[in-house]
Amino acid sequence: MQTLRRKDILGLEEISAEEINLILETARSMREIMQRKIKKVPTLRGRSVLNLFYEPSTRTKASFELAQKYMSADSVSVAGTSSSLVKGETLKDTVRNVEIMGIECVIMRHPVSGSSHYLAKNVEASVINAGDGMHEHPTQGLLDMFTIWEKKGRLEKLKIAIVGDIRHSRVARSNLWGLQKMGAEVVVVGPPTLMPPDLAVFGVKHFVDIEEAVENADVVMALRLQKERQESGLFPSMREYAELYGVTAQRITRAKDDLLIMHPGPINRGIEISSELADSPQSVVLEQAASGVAIRMALLYLLLGGIKE
Amino acid sequence: MKPIFITGGRIIDPASNFDDNADILINEGIVEKVEKGLKPPSDAEVIDAAGLVVTPGLIDIHVHLRDPGQEYKEDIKSGTRAAAAGGFTAVAVMANTEPVGDDPSMIHYTYEKAAGEAARVYPLGALTKGLEGKEMAELGRMKNAGAVGFSDDGRPVVNGSIMRNALHYASGINAPVIAHEEDPYLAAGGVMHEGAVSSVLGLKGMPSAAEEAMLARDLLILKLTGGHLHIAHVSTAGSVELVREAKAEGLNVTAEVTPHHLLLTDRLVKNSGYNTNTKVNPPLRTELDRQALWAGLLDDTIDAIASDHAPHHPDDKDVEYDFAPFGIAGLETTLPLMLDEVASGRIKKFTLSLLVKKLTSAPARILNLPGGTIKAGSPADLTIIDLKREFIINPETWYSKSRNTPFTGKRLTGAPVYTIVDGLIKMKEGVVSE
Repeated sequence: MQTLRRKDILGLEEISAEEINLILETARSMREIMQRKIKKVPTLRGRSVLNLFYEPSTRTKASFELAQKYMSADSVSVAGTSSSLVKGETLKDTVRNVEIMGIECVIMRHPVSGSSHYLAKNVEASVINAGDGMHEHPTQGLLDMFTIWEKKGRLEKLKIAIVGDIRHSRVARSNLWGLQKMGAEVVVVGPPTLMPPDLAVFGVKHFVDIEEAVENADVVMALRLQKERQESGLFPSMREYAELYGVTAQRITRAKDDLLIMHPGPINRGIEISSELADSPQSVVLEQAASGVAIRMALLYLLLGGIKE
Repeated sequence: MKPIFITGGRIIDPASNFDDNADILINEGIVEKVEKGLKPPSDAEVIDAAGLVVTPGLIDIHVHLRDPGQEYKEDIKSGTRAAAAGGFTAVAVMANTEPVGDDPSMIHYTYEKAAGEAARVYPLGALTKGLEGKEMAELGRMKNAGAVGFSDDGRPVVNGSIMRNALHYASGINAPVIAHEEDPYLAAGGVMHEGAVSSVLGLKGMPSAAEEAMLARDLLILKLTGGHLHIAHVSTAGSVELVREAKAEGLNVTAEVTPHHLLLTDRLVKNSGYNTNTKVNPPLRTELDRQALWAGLLDDTIDAIASDHAPHHPDDKDVEYDFAPFGIAGLETTLPLMLDEVASGRIKKFTLSLLVKKLTSAPARILNLPGGTIKAGSPADLTIIDLKREFIINPETWYSKSRNTPFTGKRLTGAPVYTIVDGLIKMKEGVVSE
């Protein structure tokens, strides 16, 4: 029985293709459990997990909690209030207090990049990053890869266009690292102001024209656009963004016929992606949500699975 | 006061171009004689400096002592002890205290509290009231109270007209203005250098242009007003070039660089796993910038080395990266770090005498301070250095209340072994006297 030889899952930049393969293969078995009538296995009975969410989340949190329940782990979910200004308890104190109660794994979402690294250094428990600032969202990247892998049977030599706010997106960063490690070609599309500085470091090509970018693409992944980016002056209006960078049926004609449409959610319909496309047979947005549970079951299993003496 | 007799040391005094073995007799806080083959007076305390280097007392012109207001991070007592431990006999302290040092009473406070401590403290006054960048502070009254220069350090003066008037006015009272060059809009929200590393880490960056744009503006203003503008903690290649050109044009501009900008790059933020002790403003830049800083230091575009000692309590830094305050504590690491660069020979042309100049006569000249030289009649502020001493950076042994350094565990060659201030031994073999 293989396991991951690491304490934490902090980002896909530092995870090897071999490990990603193991996670995807494991998720496939987990997917099978989810399809059973009685979706529960005793694998993680007696193991305890903390879900610590310093930012609101619907699907990631639900997905982790369900994964824990299907695996029979005991878990507790805490909504943290994060602010450096409010003189509250520090992150370190919060987690150490819970850890002493017997927690072996902490799932954390946090608005500050690097906070999962900080946590991992300060606790003995395994840490799974459920999104840290603009840095990474590795479980989302894995579930996106799993969704594509299930649909296409491979990741290698696929062309994936990621559209939108790459600069502020942890989802994009995890996908850029993960997909390229698995041999996919990734291009990014969006206004220059929504690209990270020195984009070349990620090894991807930037397009401003969607139609050109999706030429022969196998997958188009639209990212969520935050209203606050417009307010901070990075583009003029949501309306203009939709007109120039929204993914619509007319713009993807040069892509492959079996193009997959993806979005990590929640979708701003009519902005990042047209409703028509989001609900089309090409769209795998809902499959992504289902994959999320399988991926998170796989990670919990691979990190906690072996009986620790 | 017992006379001190330093015998057999190699004296390096860049101000007088002196580099030779000689004896030094100190009496009543004054260097009485510097000659070969002197005989010690019978009542003198003799320091055998054979094999050691004797320099003018080191001067750090960019220090934050947090006193008053944040004494849990540092205070004048702990900060001056840290200075003496690090070989510094004098420090110039910034005005971003609570309350702000924008009034003669605050200048008096600093002098009174520092009297008799382990190092001299020269207060810098705020350039604008409350460091708010809106109204000029009472520069003349503070100068009369003993302020040695003026700065809103930590904050840029955003309004160009206010900078113009302050520089112009300061030129009339012969006081230097020290500028923290940063366009706060371009740098807004940034926690590290903007570039490939910040992109990968998902941290908001401060582009080099934020520093360079403000510096370029201030140099243009200086051309208009005259006066002396000193550029604090130059950190980018572009800034070095701007200062170089301004000097070539004959503008009265000087500049300093910190050891951390000379030695570290933004890659350390990643390689250290978001260690908050790498968070500093201006941020650690790229290798290209680092090389340019060295070139600037060697060709005297950059006049002095200063620590920008920014002490923080360990709890303040033990948080998520965005939440940590900016700053690196440097009083107890600056000299050993720089001595190690000389010892290693990594930087060709970075000689011991150049290093001593950058820490003594050059900073003294920038702020018109006494000292910075060893000659008969000068104040008896001296630093004695052992070039061969093995030194490991260990913040747990610091005199500073802070522990914030990205250099922990670094093994170095060269350290101060005596710090003499006003004719008194304040530090001996790393131990600061009570």
